[in-house]
Amino acid sequence: MSEGHSTYTPKTGLGRWFDARMPLPRLVYDSFVAYPVPRNLNYAWTFGGILSIMLVAQILTGIVLAMHYTADTNLAFDSVEKIMRDVNSGWLLRYLHSNGASFFFVAVYIHIFRGLYYGSYKAPRELLWILGCIIYLLMMATGFMGYVLPWGQMSFWGATVITGFFSAIPLVGDWIQQLLLGGFAVDNPTLNRFFSLHYLLPFMIAGVVVLHVWALHVVGQSNPTGIEVKSKTDTVAFTPYATIKDAFGMIVFLFFFAYFVFYLPNYLGHPDNYTVANPLKTPAHIVPEWYFLPFYAILRAITFNVGPINSKLGGVLCMFGAIAMLFLVPWLDTSKVRSAVYRPWYKLFFWLFVADAILLGWLGSQPAEGSFVFMAQMATLFYFAFFLIALPVLGLIETPRRLPNSITEAVLEKNKGGSGHPAGATAAPETKG
Amino acid sequence: MSATDIHDPNRRDFLYVATGTAAVVGAGAFAWPFIDQMRPDASTLALASVEVDVSSLTPGMSLIVKWRGRPVVVRNRTEQEMKDGEAVKLSDLKDPIARNANLPADAPATDANRTTPGKEAWMVMVQVCTHLGCIPLGQEGDFGGWFCPCHGSQYDTAGRIRKGPAPENMAVPVFKFVSDTKILIG
Repeated sequence: MSEGHSTYTPKTGLGRWFDARMPLPRLVYDSFVAYPVPRNLNYAWTFGGILSIMLVAQILTGIVLAMHYTADTNLAFDSVEKIMRDVNSGWLLRYLHSNGASFFFVAVYIHIFRGLYYGSYKAPRELLWILGCIIYLLMMATGFMGYVLPWGQMSFWGATVITGFFSAIPLVGDWIQQLLLGGFAVDNPTLNRFFSLHYLLPFMIAGVVVLHVWALHVVGQSNPTGIEVKSKTDTVAFTPYATIKDAFGMIVFLFFFAYFVFYLPNYLGHPDNYTVANPLKTPAHIVPEWYFLPFYAILRAITFNVGPINSKLGGVLCMFGAIAMLFLVPWLDTSKVRSAVYRPWYKLFFWLFVADAILLGWLGSQPAEGSFVFMAQMATLFYFAFFLIALPVLGLIETPRRLPNSITEAVLEKNKGGSGHPAGATAAPETKG
Repeated sequence: MSATDIHDPNRRDFLYVATGTAAVVGAGAFAWPFIDQMRPDASTLALASVEVDVSSLTPGMSLIVKWRGRPVVVRNRTEQEMKDGEAVKLSDLKDPIARNANLPADAPATDANRTTPGKEAWMVMVQVCTHLGCIPLGQEGDFGGWFCPCHGSQYDTAGRIRKGPAPENMAVPVFKFVSDTKILIG
């Protein structure tokens, strides 16, 4: 907590010695023990902690996998198979890492949708939100490059398609694409640099996570009511309340993760990636990893030229624009009320947007032909309309429900004068009301 | 121009600007090798030409050779494919430019301009979709030419884009017939 009134008092002589020289224990105490959190946080707020352990888990499994992997087009595929068959516990480490990437994205999507639902991006949390968007971008780059490393058919053709985006840039596009590939097509130089960057980026993510948590601790957490903390009764101490709740959330999340690792390890992958990359043969149906599918559907939806912008550049612009929308959300939303709990129309549009994102994801997994193309175009239109029309306009025309005066009042209202026990305050207001 | 003239603000400003400029130029010069090393290296750039023996190709047959890491298709087209290609009006084309490296950059995409004079049956073309670089499948799709399985682009029998997200006709590389049965690509 940056407010400056630290309540940490070292109990031992060694603690006092440390505190006078480098007050790291004080920082930890103030940030993760005494730090006040709103008393009404629900389980949607546990995903920050879940994401932290997923990042650590990915770095750990990644470092040991790198000890057995060879980044060479002639050896990469075989070295991954060697990890699966010969390396002790190699199969487990690889399945943890590959499914870990998927579950990292599961958690980040829940985290992002939670922010959108409860208006967590609104002042004074714009910078916190943007840092999160940057982490998301870095995650996408890391996930994409990691998928190239096994050098299967989907690795190769996914890399071809995604680096092909850059060739759509007018004038310098081809030069940039060759700069990324280190050649005229995806080949050994590409694999080598992707491996290097795939190792680097997670540490950059960790750096931005530190900034993200720093920004969070300056402005404090938002909460399901969207009302700022006003008094001491609105908060509880991070430990034990948030710590225990986060730990329980992690255990449940890891339960699902473990189920996939042990029982469905290849469910989220693609069988074509168990075929070694062949630069002369494109698989019948290229799909990216599931977590990119909505953006992939948007890319393919633009099949027509618009003035000087041809369909290829248009598709790429729409795809990057779809991500850029997230960065603009704090300024696109004009509503003075944060939480969708008190915004009936926004709540409706939010859930339509969730449905639209899932629809786009499904369309991205289907072949780009027939009615799928038209559906993808309509879904893309709605995607942008949500950000560019619904968010600004709803804030101006919607009549929000009456806001409680404080978090405490909201909690007591929901509990109908029951015990003020924080555990009773944990459920989401909309499920209790 | 006394060295002790500290009252002249212009002189001090000049030093700031000069120092700043030197720092920027230095930083740029230092950064350049880090960017430059990412470009295709000498072995990749060594542009090999490929000679292809096409004597075994009867009409309706194709072969694929690898050139610059990418597939180049050589197809001996059938009478019907040539007729289909010639019948297309230029105004129906999404990309009206021939994209033939052997012709001027603005040559129209007629069927003849997609091939080489006197050898109009022969298509020689980089078989890479101009959308995002997939390899289209031959003799498939609505136009009897090429169909890209990635994002559904459809090309006609002369490799011209007709439908789907690809912006351009597939590229015709520099090539020539060195004899009746041999083609030199590159």
